[in-house]
Formats: sequence, C-alpha cells, structure tokens
Amino acid sequence: MSDGIIRLKFDILPNDMSAAGEASSGVKKVLNQLGVEPQKIKKAAIAMYEAEINAVIHGGGGIAEVVIDKEYIEVKIRDEGPGIADIELAMQEGYSTASDEIREMGFGAGMGLPNMKRYSDKLVIESEVGKGTTVTIVVNL
Amino acid sequence: MFDVETYFHSVRLDEERCKGCTNCIKRCPTEAIRVRKGKARIIDERCIDCGECIRVCPYHAKKAITDPCDIISLYKYKVVIPAPSIYGQFKNAASRNHILTALKAIGFDEVYEVARAAEIVTNATKELISASASIKPYISSACPAVVRLIQVRFPSLIDNIIKLESPMEVAARIVKKRIEAELNIPQEDIGVFFISPCAAKATSVKAPYETDKSFVDGVISIKDIFLKVLNGLGRVKRPEELEQAGLDGIRWANSGGESLALGTDKFLAVDGIHNVITILEEIENDRIEDVDFIEALACTGGCLGGPLTVENVYVAKTRLKKFIDQARDKDFSKHGQGGDDALMWTGNVEYKPVMKLDKDFTKAMKKLEILETINKDLPGLDCGACGAPSCRALAEDIVRGSAIETDCIFKLREKVRELAVQMMELETKMPPVLDCERKKGK
Ligand SMILES: Nc1ncnc2c1ncn2[C@@H]1O[C@H](COP(=O)(O)OP(=O)(O)O)[C@@H](O)[C@H]1O
Ligand code: SF4
Ligand SMILES: [Mg+2]
Repeated sequence: MSDGIIRLKFDILPNDMSAAGEASSGVKKVLNQLGVEPQKIKKAAIAMYEAEINAVIHGGGGIAEVVIDKEYIEVKIRDEGPGIADIELAMQEGYSTASDEIREMGFGAGMGLPNMKRYSDKLVIESEVGKGTTVTIVVNL
Repeated sequence: MFDVETYFHSVRLDEERCKGCTNCIKRCPTEAIRVRKGKARIIDERCIDCGECIRVCPYHAKKAITDPCDIISLYKYKVVIPAPSIYGQFKNAASRNHILTALKAIGFDEVYEVARAAEIVTNATKELISASASIKPYISSACPAVVRLIQVRFPSLIDNIIKLESPMEVAARIVKKRIEAELNIPQEDIGVFFISPCAAKATSVKAPYETDKSFVDGVISIKDIFLKVLNGLGRVKRPEELEQAGLDGIRWANSGGESLALGTDKFLAVDGIHNVITILEEIENDRIEDVDFIEALACTGGCLGGPLTVENVYVAKTRLKKFIDQARDKDFSKHGQGGDDALMWTGNVEYKPVMKLDKDFTKAMKKLEILETINKDLPGLDCGACGAPSCRALAEDIVRGSAIETDCIFKLREKVRELAVQMMELETKMPPVLDCERKKGK
C-alpha cells in the first residue's frame, strides 16, 4: 500500500455535463495540497478536463485513474464508448463529430484533443472502434 | 514563511454568541472554519474576508473588525469617502446630495464620492484592456475578497488580475493630495474615512496588497454609521451640491455595474462567492471564450449585498435605480480632477500556498497518501459533527495533526462497539481459581 505513490480514482458519469469537470477539479485540489507549481497544475487540469469532457460527450462515461509520483502525474481516462476510427483525423484542430445539441452547450469546438496535446508532456490515445477509448496524459511535475 | 501581519483579516468570531453549530463551516469557500470545543475557529491564513459566514450565522456570532465612528476625532481635517453602496440604504432620500449632506453633517469637513474615483478607474481599465491582448480575460480587482480567493485557490489566474488601484484607494489619494496642496494642511492631519459595505475592504486598508500603505485612515461600516445618517436626513432642508459622480460610477454598487461602465459587450459579470468559484474554475479550464473582462464580486447582487450593509440587497437595488436615473438626467461630465496619477499597483499579490500539506514535497506526498487512506475509511456523510466541513477535511486535519480519527462520531461508535465486544469476551473468562472447566484439565 505505502509505496509513496498516490492513486486516485473517479467515476465519470455519462451525459451529465453538470458533473463533468468534477474529477479534474478534485485533482486540482490534491495538487494544490502537494504544493505543485500553479502553472503545472493548470496544465494537468486543462488536459484532464478535456479528456473528461470527451468521455462524457463521446464515450458514454467512464473512469479516471490518476497516479501521482514524485516526478509526474499520469491521468488515464477510460471509456467503453464507440471508439475513434481515425485518431490522426480526430487530433486535427476543429475536427468534431459532436451533435448540434452539444455544440449549443458550448462544447464540440474540436479543440479538446489538440489542447490535451498542447498541455501535456506526453499523450497516448488507444482506441478500438466499438470497444472504447483510453487516453493517457502525463504532465511532468 | 509568513508572519502574522501577512495574515491579517477582518472577520472575527464573537465567542459569547457562537453556539458551535455547523452553518458557517459548510459555507466557507476556503474551508477556513472548524468547530473546536463548542466554538467556531477561523484558520487565519485561509480567511479571505468574503463575509459569507457573517451572513449565514443565525446567532450573529461573526463580526468584522472596522473602526468606530469616533475615530474621526483623532484628525484635524476629516474627509469621508462613501462607497457607492451607501446610496441603496435610505428609503426616503430625495437625492444623493441629501445623503451626502447628512453624512457630512455627522462631523466631516469634506465628502468625496468613491463613485467618482470609480469612473477614473474605469477609464484606466479601458486603456489597459485595449492596450494589451496578451492577457485574456482580465479579472477585476474591485472586490478584495475575490483577489484573496485567487491568491489561495486559483494561483494560475494571478496574472489575469487587473493591477489597478481600487476606487477607494484612488479617492483617498486624490482628496489627500488636493487638500494638502490647496489648504496647506499636512497629510498627517488629514483623516480620510471610508464608509464600507464589507469586511474585505477593511482588510485592504489594514493589510493592503496593492501598495505599502493605504491612504485611507479609517474604515467605518455602513451599519455603524447608518442611524446617524438616517437621523440627519430628516434635517436636511437644502442639500449641498456634493454630487460629482455620473451614473457610470454609482452603478459600481451593482453587480454588472463596473462592466457596463466599460462600454464593451465582451464581459462576464458574476456575483456570490460560490458562483465566482465556478467561473474561476471555468477560466482555469480555458472554457471562457470571447470575454475580455471578468467582473467578479463576492457578494450576491454586488456590493449592495455586502455583509455590513443594512438594507436587503434587492430593495437596495431598486433604491439605487432612482439615483442612477437622476444621474442620467443630470449628465455629469467625464472630466474632473485627479485622474492623471498612475493607478498601477506598486505592490503585488503572491500565491499563498495555504492548502499545502507540507513544505517538503516528499513529506506532502506521504501526508496526502495517509489522508486518502483515512478519507476512504470515513463514512463520507460530510455531517459536520466532527467540526470539519467534510469528511475529507477531517482527514486533512488528522494528517495536519489538529484532529483525531475518533472526532468522527461514527468512528467513535465503532471503537466503543469494539471495546464492548472485548469486554464481553473478557467477562466470560473466569480467573483460574474459579474456573471449573480448567480444573478438569481442559
Ligand atoms: N473518448 C472518445 N470516444 C469517442 N470519440 C472520441 C473520444 N474523444 C474524442 N473523440 C472523437 O474525436 C473528435 C475530436 O475530439 P475533440 O478534439 O475533443 O473535439 P470535440 O470534443 O470538440 O469534438 C470528437 O468529435 C470525436 O469524434
Ligand atoms: S462584493 Fe463588494 S461588498 Fe462584497 S466583499 Fe466584494 S467589495 Fe466587499
Ligand atoms: Mg472534446
């Protein structure tokens, strides 16, 4: 148990935009308690928030698993949604398959994945159509 | 790292009145209050003086340190600078001139509207926003409670804060310098008194972050001076011509007023400390687009809803409306004295890492790990009976060494039950001399 590594787990509820962001908000609080530099907290929080939102609007909800070690924070967001057929295409700025309703709520600008890339030090996307998506974000502390 | 002075704050507890209930601990936006030994305790370094606890306390056990009205007698030349929110407090006032005349009659030599200085700040803000596109969105520093909230909870937004002096500070500086020059009175003989709607403003005079020393010499709450002004109002037959501010300035009392004065559509105005937190989270997540300016006020309704005001915020809004209309008709010109001094802060706000579990990162990690383990084991009811606002906060207190696990009544009950079981077990055990079973050699 006690290996000096912190592990946190959050459920991400499907279709609930009002609860979306709770996981990244919780992680922010924890990083604050650790005294991590504000700009690094911001990087981790934005990247995680975008992944969390994607799991809600595209992935049908999922889980977030967070590992905090001395040197880095790793966030794994896993869903069992439709998956991404063409990851390279999905990574392009402005590309989005979000519905009109989602767009009306101010989401679906197609900037989520590009932002994750921009704010993380390492980003890995594993996805299989029909099975689901796992996004791994690493931010060095 | 921080001395006591750094942590001055105005909100205090009235021990006599506190019943040790949990209303305040639940509402505090920085989890700065605990109930210990039947009384609420404020963790000084976390308090941002938003006044939320003053508002929610059913026993009026939370107060704010402000100056008594008779502080003015300490100075030879006395100037009063009322916050715009004062205009919403009086039912039968015919005009702002009536209120200002009655206020002055209490014993002041001069009155200068903070609303006038607000217009000067508005002009400076306009320039700042149009000059730089690198910071987006700018966040107003008009509410000191919000600035302090950003310092402790949203450090990554410190750069977004508009580092312009507050209307109160600008007003105080303008009057002091003018009186010194025109009337040849040394600054130390001039007392400038701010009439305040809140504790946060009192703190920004006693412990300013924008400059070394405030030009304000005393802060009197609207509550404390209210009756004096009210009594005087009835005696005002012909009011003096004291109004100087236009509608742009007096609207600052309302949520949205500062934004409207800027004349841009690209603003977002939020009021109420918990709403402010939601919006600051959104800004941190890069979710606020097409907005240049954020007006964030800790009090619901803006300063008219300040914890040290007298009138209900919604009633006050209606009253203020009358004066806004009057100001519109009069059409005060925008020029006026004293707008030329630079308004930029000379001091700055720094990140206050008061939530940090330990100075040393490795130790902080260790503590966090224990915190999470303890938290998992707590019932998760956030009942408040332990005196902490949530189970997680109790876990945090335990790790910090200021609480123990059995402060949780459920944990205590578990322990008692365990003890009871052990006692029952012991009770069945006979001393060897009486134990027949054992004699039989079993
Ligand atoms: N977890 C996911 N599950 C399925 N599809 C996804 C997921 N994340 C992203 N996508 C696909 O990638 C596209 C681009 O994602 P993103 O850059 O976040 O933009 P947006 O969310 O605004 O559409 C989405 O529109 C969607 O088609
Ligand atoms: S909103 Fe106005 S009255 Fe309330 S704390 Fe802020 S400055 Fe004071
Ligand atoms: Mg997205």
